[in-house]
Formats: sequence, C-alpha cells, structure tokens
Amino acid sequence: MTTTPAHLHDPAWNRRITACIIALVILWPMLVMAEFKPWILFDAQSLQATWQFLTSFFPPAHSLEFLYMVAYSTWETIAMATAGMTLALLGAIPMTLIATERLSISRLGTGRMARCSMLLRQIVRWLLILLRSVPELVWALLLVRIVGLGPTAGVIAIALTYCGMLGKVYADIIESSDPSACDGLLRNGSGRLSAFLYGTLPASASELVSYTVYRWECAIRGSVVMGFVGAGGLGQRMDESMKMLAGDELATMLLVFIVLVACADSVSAMLRRRLE
Amino acid sequence: MTRPTTSLPPAPRIRYSTWLLLVILVLLVVTSFVSLQLKWHEFFSREAIATTLEFLRGFSPPEIAPAFLMRIGNATLETLAMSAIGTLLAALFGLFLSLPASGRFGITARLITRGALNVLRSIPELVWAAILLIAAGLGPFAGTLALAMHTTGVLGRLFADTLENCPSLAENTLRINGVSPASSFLYSTLPHCSPQMMSYVLYRWENNIRAAAILGVVGAGGLGQMLKYHLSLFQMHQAATVIIAMLLLVCVVDAASFALRRRMTR
Repeated sequence: MTTTPAHLHDPAWNRRITACIIALVILWPMLVMAEFKPWILFDAQSLQATWQFLTSFFPPAHSLEFLYMVAYSTWETIAMATAGMTLALLGAIPMTLIATERLSISRLGTGRMARCSMLLRQIVRWLLILLRSVPELVWALLLVRIVGLGPTAGVIAIALTYCGMLGKVYADIIESSDPSACDGLLRNGSGRLSAFLYGTLPASASELVSYTVYRWECAIRGSVVMGFVGAGGLGQRMDESMKMLAGDELATMLLVFIVLVACADSVSAMLRRRLE
Repeated sequence: MTRPTTSLPPAPRIRYSTWLLLVILVLLVVTSFVSLQLKWHEFFSREAIATTLEFLRGFSPPEIAPAFLMRIGNATLETLAMSAIGTLLAALFGLFLSLPASGRFGITARLITRGALNVLRSIPELVWAAILLIAAGLGPFAGTLALAMHTTGVLGRLFADTLENCPSLAENTLRINGVSPASSFLYSTLPHCSPQMMSYVLYRWENNIRAAAILGVVGAGGLGQMLKYHLSLFQMHQAATVIIAMLLLVCVVDAASFALRRRMTR
C-alpha cells in the first residue's frame, strides 16, 4: 500500500476538523436544552397515539353544519385581517407623516432638524418600534384578557403590530425615494401635505401599496395563529378541535386553511403585478 | 396676470378593472367591520379603560428575584436552542427535498415535492406545534420539530429556486467529461449556490428566533410557555418580566442581524 502523495493532501483538512469539533461542542448543549430526543417519537405509546390521531383525519369532517361553521370562521379570519389592517393603516399613515424626515422644513437649509421636531420624530419612531417588537400573539394574549374571547382582541392585536410594521417600512420607502421633487416643493413654500402628495407619493405609491397588500396576506396567516389564544376565527375552532382530538374536523380546517393561504397568496400576487 | 402658457397634460385614464377592484376593496372593508360584531364599547367605555389601566398597573413592578431571572435566562437559552436546531434540521431536510423540487428527478417528482413543500410552508409554526404536541409531548422538542417543519417548506422552496436559477454550465461540463451525477453536483452546483443558501438559512434563523419565543403559548417550550403559564395564573409581575425578556431578545436579534448585514454588504 502506498501513502498518498503530498500534493493530494487536502490543504483545508485541519480547518475542517476544527470547525466540525467546534460545531459539535456548540451543538451538544443546544440539543440537550431543546430536549431533542427523536426516539420518543418512535416509542410504542407515542406511535400509537400518533397513529390513532392520524387515522382519525380520514375522512375529513364534512357534515353540512360543520362546513357552515368552517365557512363562517374562515370569513371571520379574513374579516379580522382586513379590519385589523384598516385600523393599522389609520394609525400608520399619520405616524409615518410625522416620523419621516423628508417632510422636515427645518432640515432644508442646514441639513439639520430643529431640536423639538427631531425629538417628536424620535418619539414616534420609538413608539413604532415598541408596537412592532411585541409579537402579535402576545398582544392578542393580553387583549383577550382585557376584552374577552372573540375577534375584537385579534383585530386590535393586528392593528397594533401592523401599525408599527407599516409605519416603519412606509417611512423607509419614502426616505429611499428621490428627494428632489419634494424638496423643491418645500423650498418654494408649499405645505407639507401637498409636498408629500405631489412630490413624494407619486414616485413611491406602487411600492407602498405593494407592501400593504403583502402585509394583508401576512395578517390573514397571523389571524389564524391568534385564534389559538382565543381571538376568534379559524384558529380558535382549530384549537377547540385539537383539544377534543377531533382529527376529522382538524383535517377539514387544515385543508380550508391551506386553500385560504394559497388564495390570499395569489390575490396578493395578482394585485402586486398590476402595480408594476 | 397672464394665464400659464403650458397646459397640464390630461390625467391618465383609470382602467375599469381598477375601479372594480377599488369598489371590491371598499366592500370588503365595510363588510368586515359590519360582520365582526366588534365589541368596541368593551374597549373604549369608561369602565373598560379603568379595568385596562388596572390590568396594566398589575404588571409593575416586574419580578426581578435572581432565582426568577435565572429561569428567564434558561428559557431564553431554550428558545435560542429550539430555533437553532429547528433551522439546522430544516436546512438539511430542505436541501434534501430541494433536489427533486428543482426538477432533477423529472417533472412529476418536481410537482409532487413542490406541493409537499407548499403544504409544509402554508401551515404556520404554531399550528404545527399544536399538532406535534400529540406525537412529541409537551416541551421544547415539539417546538423544535414545528419550527423544522415550517422552515423546511420555506427553505426547500427557496433552495429549489436557487438550484433552478443556477447556471448549469459547470455541472454539464463535468457530466460530459464522465463525472458521476452526484459528484458533479457536489463539486459544481452546490458550491456555486451555497452562499445564497447560507444567507437564506441565516435569514430564516432570525425569523425562527422570534417565532420560537412565542411558540410556547401552545405548550411547546421556551419563553412563550413561561408567559402563558404566568398569565394563566394571573402572576402579572412574572409575566411582565417574560414580556420584557421577549422584547429584549427580539431587539438584540434585530440589532445583531442589522449589524451583520451592514458588515457583509459593505
């Protein structure tokens, strides 16, 4: 047997081995923390429970009464997302107008904002950050305790989180557009609102609308998830069926949900294509 | 005063379909609000505001006993571990599934795998977690698997698109010169696409940290489970600490990813 010639040695061999060892050393405690025990999936009891649950998926529940209920909850989910988005827009648009630096008049000559307006802008920005940093599910969890079970909590939770997200992204989109038109209007004494409407909006409108539509799609997915903490809609029905281990009902609702997401996806893609 | 010499160009005509869409949109919004039976009076009436304020006041001061902070720290680490392992599993399975999904094994395999990936992707992590609780039991393992399921769908599809868009010149050259399909993939297409894939994985990991923090509300471990537990026992001080920990986690992740992105793109 011959030894491998020197030029065939892998020059990166040592580095690779070290990287592997380091990865294992980091991965090991993580596996322990996440209680990563794949074998419990395969012990007899768990297999039996899973099997029973999965076999109860077929055939999916299809009694007329149940389907009517599912249709109603699906509409409730869509309505929650739409109403939440509308409220979020009502909050986000004024906050964007306050927060964006593009509409600052004191900035024009010197490039530096007056202290007072800078403070105001910063406060609005912090508010937007706070609104979107709390996950929507946590908002829903808290709001369910205030307004009780039902879609109201979900709508307000969507409105709060998405207000933060929309406000931030709107401000970013506006600030990354070409400043010359808006600056020219402001310099020549136009009001802020008209400078925004005629100088900034035409250039960034399609991007703004496109992002809004995309967020609406996300809100539909989000409102299903929020149902799991009792905020109404399809999610709440899923949670109830889950707790009763009614696999057939769950199967129907999962199918409906997949179709709903696919529809929202294609509607939003269609709308966004129209904007191009 | 003279009239302006140039007249404005005529306004662009709005297509009928656009009008139709706008009408549908308004109808959708109106019917949403009408059909939901929102209980505004329970949110904006005077006594509602009083109870809300009382509810919020219950949160302060947040619990800061060292023993409790230790538990928070543990739960945070658990959240991070869940997200990291979930993402890692998803990257492996996603890569595995992206091969048939990028049309390497024929058009039928491509359609079937893409359909499966779409199903995996369109069910949110939280719903997966609720379903997997039955097989994996309460605790972080179910959460990890749930993250892995959803992320496999997302990454598998992104990987498949990357592989499909990758120029096939290098791989074809190797194939023509008699290299086996597996090695020609491993030595040409995979290294070519791996930076893009890596950035997708990192992006999803960032998302998954945020998702892992809340997965626990259905009982799947991490900070969310603590939040749910303390909220259901009306231990508001503890719940406040958990929420603050979540906020900090999200902000740290945001800042870290922002800084990394800045450094990588500069």
